[in-house]
Amino acid sequence: MKGLSRILAILGKEFIQMLRDRLTFGMMVGIPVMQLLLFGYAINTDPRHLPTLVEMGDNGPASRAILQAMETSDYFDLIGTVASGAAVENAMRDGEAVFIVTIPPGFERALARGERPQILLDVDATDPVAAGAGSSAFPTIVQQALAPLLGEMAPPVETIIHRRYNPAGRTALNIVPGLLGIILTMTMAMMTSMALTREAERGTLEALLSTPTRPHEVMIGKITPYVVAGFIQVAIMLAGARFLFSVPFLGSPPAFLIAVSLFILVNLALGFLFSTVARSQMQAMQLTFFAFLPSILLSGFMFPFAAMPHWAQMIGQAIPATHFIRAVRAIMLKGAGLDHVWPQIWPLMIIFAVIATVAMLRYRQTLD
Amino acid sequence: MSEALAIDVSGLSKSFGGTKVVDGFDMQVPPGKIYGFLGPNGSGKTTTIRMMCGLLRPDEGGGTALGLDILRQSREIKARVGYMTQRFSLYGDLTVRENLTFMARLHALPKVRDVVEQALETYDLAPRAKQLAANLSGGWKQRLALAAASLHEPGLLLLDEPTAGVDPKARRDFWDRIRRLARQGVTVLVSTHYMDEAVQCDNITFIAYGRKLIDAPASEIPDRIGLKTIRIEGQGLQPVYDALEHAEGVDQIARFGAALHVSGRDESALDAAIACYRDQDGLTVTTAKTGLEEAFIWLMTGAEDNFR
Repeated sequence: MKGLSRILAILGKEFIQMLRDRLTFGMMVGIPVMQLLLFGYAINTDPRHLPTLVEMGDNGPASRAILQAMETSDYFDLIGTVASGAAVENAMRDGEAVFIVTIPPGFERALARGERPQILLDVDATDPVAAGAGSSAFPTIVQQALAPLLGEMAPPVETIIHRRYNPAGRTALNIVPGLLGIILTMTMAMMTSMALTREAERGTLEALLSTPTRPHEVMIGKITPYVVAGFIQVAIMLAGARFLFSVPFLGSPPAFLIAVSLFILVNLALGFLFSTVARSQMQAMQLTFFAFLPSILLSGFMFPFAAMPHWAQMIGQAIPATHFIRAVRAIMLKGAGLDHVWPQIWPLMIIFAVIATVAMLRYRQTLD
Repeated sequence: MSEALAIDVSGLSKSFGGTKVVDGFDMQVPPGKIYGFLGPNGSGKTTTIRMMCGLLRPDEGGGTALGLDILRQSREIKARVGYMTQRFSLYGDLTVRENLTFMARLHALPKVRDVVEQALETYDLAPRAKQLAANLSGGWKQRLALAAASLHEPGLLLLDEPTAGVDPKARRDFWDRIRRLARQGVTVLVSTHYMDEAVQCDNITFIAYGRKLIDAPASEIPDRIGLKTIRIEGQGLQPVYDALEHAEGVDQIARFGAALHVSGRDESALDAAIACYRDQDGLTVTTAKTGLEEAFIWLMTGAEDNFR
């Protein structure tokens, strides 16, 4: 009986402490709710409505029937047309489209003559999961679209599927560059927020500030080592990608360096912001974890971005990892240069500016 | 005149979240003196000290430390004032020497290496130079903290309960060092809860609930309060305590070791109250000098009534 009363005493105390630490309690409630909503509504492993461009070499009833059928299939969202040649290449490299359908000139005539003309589907195969379903459904869709026009006969067209960037469909090619974004998000934000919170928690910040040291000197001095650590992580990841998983590096190294530096800065600023909110290292870690979840789930790292509903994509756009992962995949796998990844660079700049401003404002307030 | 004072502040006030922690605080400290800063826990000592060394900006009031404006010249003050925090605020995962080197470099001192070696020597820390600060005992930690706070040869040292939780020998040693610094011309403001330390100060400032209650040399304080004290020694003091606790003429009663100190402002009423014990067997009743401790307990009790 005495044992029970002691257990109840400890149990009661634990509940009081749990409820007092509002941040921890918020996490305990917030994380399951967030996970539930994200996994339930936002994440879709069977991606549909992927952006598709059409290179119209011919425009007749058969071509229109094919496009119509593609649209109805839900796999493809026809977002526009594209001129032939370099434009196709660029649209794919910029990530504008996942699919590009090419209907060659003279398609209708060749079809009418029974010459089995070719119809080409270019696929951005960097994410084999995202592109897989649409690519494999494509021949059947074309077949069925043409059936009412030509009747049931031997396949009237030859569908050619061109899996770009990742012909073997290896998931590692997609995962490894994405992992770069995830690792940096996790470690950079967590390390800086903990390092900054540690000084306040242990009381060492007071001694530091009682010297003529200026606040920005504290910041720069404390954060720079983690920038170095970030680059070391990147180097390790790149070496691993190359030598363990044979992930190519086709694009521009300067563009890569710019994207990585910017992304490290964004995460340091995020860590800095967390440190102004958290009162202990424990809380700093929890906050990082809270920010880390959406980065995994909504950034396109694990689940295809295009497959998410519109609202989830909007949230995803606000997550730095989304832009960084896109940029790094484009640079490493598609051979993109700075001009191609610019659409990912400027959002990172804006996100950085916003986070850094809020963090600085809060830092000034908490200094007293 | 204010040029000559090491600390000259007036009307200092600071509130946190609507609670006034320091309220209209004045203090003048001449150079080269050791001033004691006393008051119950939470009376605003730490906040006041922080305002004086430029870490906190007062809501109202102002003044100078070492002739520098505490509102506008906080960086210059930080360069010339040494502040030892209540809680150990050096890095436990750095060695003694690394900690000192770090602080010396934050002060941008020339010849950091020489300064650190000198400090290790002066504070007898040399044998422990390679030890991690976290592994030092309480007394050694405080000694390291004092060494770190005086590396840049500050003209003013602000010590916030530097000897809390330190053994008596280490406390004595610590005070020897403070007096040595004062002899060299350093002004020291030190907060403490120990009476044996308070009496060593040239002057004592007592604050409670953010307000200054008394500011006088240690020897004058009991007289100023006007409390008479009678000491009762002997066996079986508990009944005496119980009887006198609420007796007329007794304002305060406290145990001092094996004796009772009974105090009151009205001498004749106090005498009347204890008269029956004068001839009791086994009890010795003597007139005692009112000590600092009685004086402060008296002040604290009064402050509670006035401000709570």
